[in-house]
Amino acid sequence: MSEDIIAALKENVIQGRKTADDEGIDEDLVGPAVIELTNAALENNIPPDQIIMNGLTAGMEVVGEKFSAKEYYIPDMLASADAVGAAMDILKPHLEASNVETKGKFGIVTVKGDIHDIGKNIVAILLKGAGYDVYDLGIDIPTDKIVEFVKNEKPAYLGLSALLTTTMVAMGEVIDALNAAGVRDQVKVLIGGAAVSEDYAKEIGADFYCVDGFDAVKKLDALKAA
Amino acid sequence: MAREGLLINQPLLRLSQEQVERIHHASMEILSDPGLICFNKNAAEIFQSNGAEVSTLADYDHPAWLVKLPEQIVLKALDSAPKTVKLGARNPDNALIMNGEEPRVYFISGSETNIWLDVDFPTYTKKSDPSVEIQVPEWKPRRGTVADLCQSAHVCEHLETLDGYIRTVNIQDKDITEQNKDVNKYFASLNNMTKHVMAGLTSLDQIDNVVNMAQIIAGGEEQLKENPIISFITCLVKSPLQFVDDTTDTFIEICKRGLPIVVSSAPQAGSTAPIKEVGILAQINAEVLAGITLGQLVNPGTPVLYGSVPVRARMDTLNDSYSAVETSQYNVDCVQLARYYKIPNYSTSGVCDPKIPGQQSSIERLFSDILVTLSGPQYLHCTYGLLDCNSVFCLPQAVMDDAHFKMIKFFLRQPKIDEEEIAEILKQIRTVSATPQKLFISYIRKVMRSGQLSEVYPFEGDGEGDNAFKLAYEKTQELLAKPVEHIDEATTKTIFEQIPGILPRLNIYQ
Repeated sequence: MSEDIIAALKENVIQGRKTADDEGIDEDLVGPAVIELTNAALENNIPPDQIIMNGLTAGMEVVGEKFSAKEYYIPDMLASADAVGAAMDILKPHLEASNVETKGKFGIVTVKGDIHDIGKNIVAILLKGAGYDVYDLGIDIPTDKIVEFVKNEKPAYLGLSALLTTTMVAMGEVIDALNAAGVRDQVKVLIGGAAVSEDYAKEIGADFYCVDGFDAVKKLDALKAA
Repeated sequence: MAREGLLINQPLLRLSQEQVERIHHASMEILSDPGLICFNKNAAEIFQSNGAEVSTLADYDHPAWLVKLPEQIVLKALDSAPKTVKLGARNPDNALIMNGEEPRVYFISGSETNIWLDVDFPTYTKKSDPSVEIQVPEWKPRRGTVADLCQSAHVCEHLETLDGYIRTVNIQDKDITEQNKDVNKYFASLNNMTKHVMAGLTSLDQIDNVVNMAQIIAGGEEQLKENPIISFITCLVKSPLQFVDDTTDTFIEICKRGLPIVVSSAPQAGSTAPIKEVGILAQINAEVLAGITLGQLVNPGTPVLYGSVPVRARMDTLNDSYSAVETSQYNVDCVQLARYYKIPNYSTSGVCDPKIPGQQSSIERLFSDILVTLSGPQYLHCTYGLLDCNSVFCLPQAVMDDAHFKMIKFFLRQPKIDEEEIAEILKQIRTVSATPQKLFISYIRKVMRSGQLSEVYPFEGDGEGDNAFKLAYEKTQELLAKPVEHIDEATTKTIFEQIPGILPRLNIYQ
């Protein structure tokens, strides 16, 4: 029974089905999807670490392989990551009790003056799907609120997003404010968005520039492995 | 069954109905005054016996007659011309059904070029930084051969958008003569493709050999009439307003055999036709109608296409300028004129001025390809792979053109907008609006896998490099490696026994 649930969970991650109403790639695959199967797994007392390792992560590994082989496209990857993110929300209360750690707390935000959030949301989905504990602060967030979040929640990572050349300057202000508050060293700052670049990241003192969400996951995973 | 082609739901119209009628009346006036100079005795006699005013002209080296065509003869001929023309194919599913009133476009290759363009990709190293290397296409022109024609037909068989074939290269082998060229060019084309094959005849003497060969392949005389796997193109009226002697003879003989034929006229605005749009239209329309009239007088019901190949003159050389914007205007106008007469139209696009593929050729060909397609000609001779005003053929360019026509065809798909779609989309929008991320991405996948999204440009390079030609070349090699359905062995044997002049090396069974 437990093995069946885990196998079904893995398959539904591969198919990118978050709920039973979702269509996967294989039209014949119906019935409970990732959310329903995660709940079923908990009801059947399957340990959260097994749900994550053998179901969610194993599924995402296959998705990654298919993406590399150009069998899957970004929408497929996002659908799977979104489903895994939803499963992680369900599992979150159980993780501490089971001594299971996420890959780390990640705050993500579109900086002050900028209301663009498509890129930020996609990055959030991918990070969540990759096992990071994502806190999405939203759009047009004032610098002091971001600093307050870092002080209180102590995230390991902070992602700053801006689309416009007029708003990217707020990223530098955030880093200056983190320095002034004495919390800059406790958080790695990643920046991304159409207006920014590797050079700009260096200029304002950010730790990483990420081209897109995949790049963010890659850089963070490499950092953790180092 | 027939090929689907591309139905244009709202054809591009440049002329108002009133303007079309004005052109029609002007053409009728031209046909009666000044009329046409006819250098062909048979045609002059046919016109005269059907009520045209025909008089002998003395001022020419060659026997000549002035033919003044009254409107009623032309209108009667237009009445007897079929409004629907079928061009058959070795594979009957590849037939083309063209209705003069329906703007369903079929995309056709051609026409004959003398030069075949080979390509190599030598590597160049940057002098100041030898670690930097680039590959640049090196184009190598040479005279075309029958082997090239076989290759061209082979690749064109596999081009998805290409509906029919006009040979792309003139066969200039040492053992090709005026007497055996026709049978070889038709055989090389037919043996390497199952789509429709159209060509012009080099020698009238060869007409029966060509028709007999087509009958053998189609299965008999009646079968060929039912499924005309070949057709012909003739430019019997030379601009301005002159029936050419030998081509008119050829035209008359083809009409007698009842096989489909294009009546084509190719005036050049500025030299052989007036430079003003209204002028070239009135003249080309008169020339094509005169040809159609002759065909219907010879054999009422002969399936004909209204063939318009108008072009503007270059002001610097007085050569043809197919890339001139006006050339596309004339072509689009002629599609409208043909539709006025309900006769299927043969139109032209994609002809470009440069001698090699590149930015200029891409821009010029796409400009006319898009616009003329939009006007809805039934038979669009869209010059896959042709360069230098139809003098040069490049196979990888034809492969690229196929990709471009896929884009054009995709663009012209009609959206599905009905109650069911609206209900589904409203549900989708309401669902997404209620989520924190507000992304429609999860709905992409089904659409993406159902073929409803256009494909990425197939010759897209990596990074900043433009490798389009290299990738097109590789695709060409891929298509050449795919098999084609040749004419079967028994039929080939019969053809070689009964039809003289076909080169033994074209027999793939020996």
